[in-house]
Amino acid sequence: MAYSEKVIDHYNNPRNVGQMDKASSEVGTGLVGAPECGDVMRLQIRVNPETNVIEDAKFKTFGCGSAIASSSLATEWVKGKTIDEALAISNTDIVKELALPPVKIHCSVLAEDAIRAAIGDWKKKNSVAETAAVAVAQ
Amino acid sequence: MSNEMSNNGVVISESTAPLPAGVTLPIYMDNHATTQIDPRVLDTMLPYFGKVFGNAASRNHAFGWEAEQAVEKAREQIAKLIGASAKEIIFTSGATESNNLALKGIAEMYRERGNHIITQVTEHKAVLDTCKKLEKQGYRVTYLPVQADGLIDLEDLKRAIDDKTILVSIMYANNEIGVIQPIAEIGKLCHEKGVIFHTDAVQAVGKIPVDVQKDNIDVLSLSGHKLYGPKGVGALYVRRRNPRVQISEQINGGGHERGMRSGTLNVPGIVGLGAACEIAGQEMEAEGKREKELRDYMKAKFEKALDYVHVNGNMEHHLPGNLNISFVYVEGESLLMGINDIAVSSGSACTSATLEPSYVLKALGLGDDVAHSSIRFGLGRFNTKAEVDYVSDKLIDVVSKLRELSPLYEMVKEGIDLTKIEWAAH
Repeated sequence: MAYSEKVIDHYNNPRNVGQMDKASSEVGTGLVGAPECGDVMRLQIRVNPETNVIEDAKFKTFGCGSAIASSSLATEWVKGKTIDEALAISNTDIVKELALPPVKIHCSVLAEDAIRAAIGDWKKKNSVAETAAVAVAQ
Repeated sequence: MSNEMSNNGVVISESTAPLPAGVTLPIYMDNHATTQIDPRVLDTMLPYFGKVFGNAASRNHAFGWEAEQAVEKAREQIAKLIGASAKEIIFTSGATESNNLALKGIAEMYRERGNHIITQVTEHKAVLDTCKKLEKQGYRVTYLPVQADGLIDLEDLKRAIDDKTILVSIMYANNEIGVIQPIAEIGKLCHEKGVIFHTDAVQAVGKIPVDVQKDNIDVLSLSGHKLYGPKGVGALYVRRRNPRVQISEQINGGGHERGMRSGTLNVPGIVGLGAACEIAGQEMEAEGKREKELRDYMKAKFEKALDYVHVNGNMEHHLPGNLNISFVYVEGESLLMGINDIAVSSGSACTSATLEPSYVLKALGLGDDVAHSSIRFGLGRFNTKAEVDYVSDKLIDVVSKLRELSPLYEMVKEGIDLTKIEWAAH
């Protein structure tokens, strides 16, 4: 299978690899996928409590090159975005950016799930209700 | 944050130092898929693409006689390698055809005697899919399980044989995990029960000693391109006495190959297969020893440099050139991507169209995650120590880097039991 140049670039030079303190109230952690499916992504965000802006993001992924690229790209995209802007990122954006073939679309879905899971975790920790978050963003 | 770790500098695959002497890229280490034709084999074939073009079935002129002579020489060469007589060798287009002919031909011929066939779950698809087709035609097929090391349990086989059993088909050596089945014992058991024994010996012939007499084999499939011969040619050994095995032909036509396989013979291919068998017979012992040493050396290097390395399949009853190994917590396809100048295979789902990991590894009872992490190395006649060093060093490097990226590896290192996590399957 031929990979797109962007997938190869993210694979060779993954952005924002690492780990943040899961216990911190500013950090949201999303762990999605399953080892038996061959894909596990962990995406973490650090959110500025004043502005709701994602100031940093880190990931680690067990999976194929497309899964690594999708999660690496996701960390790049969420950085600097508000929570609500980040929630607007969809898997189809990732498919387009990385030129993923149909058999790899599930990788992009997983990356979107990871973003949502990380944000969900942060909201839960900070007792941010869905509506309240929207209000802040507006 | 003090405990925040960052690995922004992770680089998976970088152009490293100049290549060591004797190594040119890409490196081929996938010799279970196919082998490079031996130049000596090619040399013997070439005249038969040119001047010596006769039809081996032309009985009334010199062109035909010359072709026939070449074919009969090859038949002798093949027979000699497996302890058979020349008359017991039927030429086919390859092992898939040989397996089809054996299973369908025996099933049809012995339908009056019974309708039960026994095989095992780790067979090649050429056997499994043929069995499935036979099931649709009213045959009953038992698929024996294998143990965790890939070997079948002879007691399972004993229990499976009943008065309707006409055929047992168990492969000699497995194409993924290299495990060698107890063929002689299986054959003995079959003969005691009056059941025909077929073996798909594609991975074994020319690599390890195979003897149809000592191994009690009645029917055997082999292929040219797995032993440094040409593609598109194979053979089926069919025992002529003690017992005499009969096979219903599956291709009708001019009655070639004693009526068992019609079709004008592929003379250059057959000449090549014969030459390949002769060379294998002469060099097998030394070559097997060399490959086994290289294989064990590579295995030791991996085990020394990396933790969580899982070797798949029984290593005692094992093809010399095979190493199937799981680099746990690293997904196989991502690993292949990091070593794209090295040709090996992975049992990962992502490398197949089905998104299912290798059915052979799953049959060993391995978790899907271990199967997803597997790499199959197939060492062959043309691999060198320098290549083995390059490949193992590169693998160790890429596995280490991908583990820096692996949340599973990190969690295991932190003492988290991955089986206790409620994963959201997708």
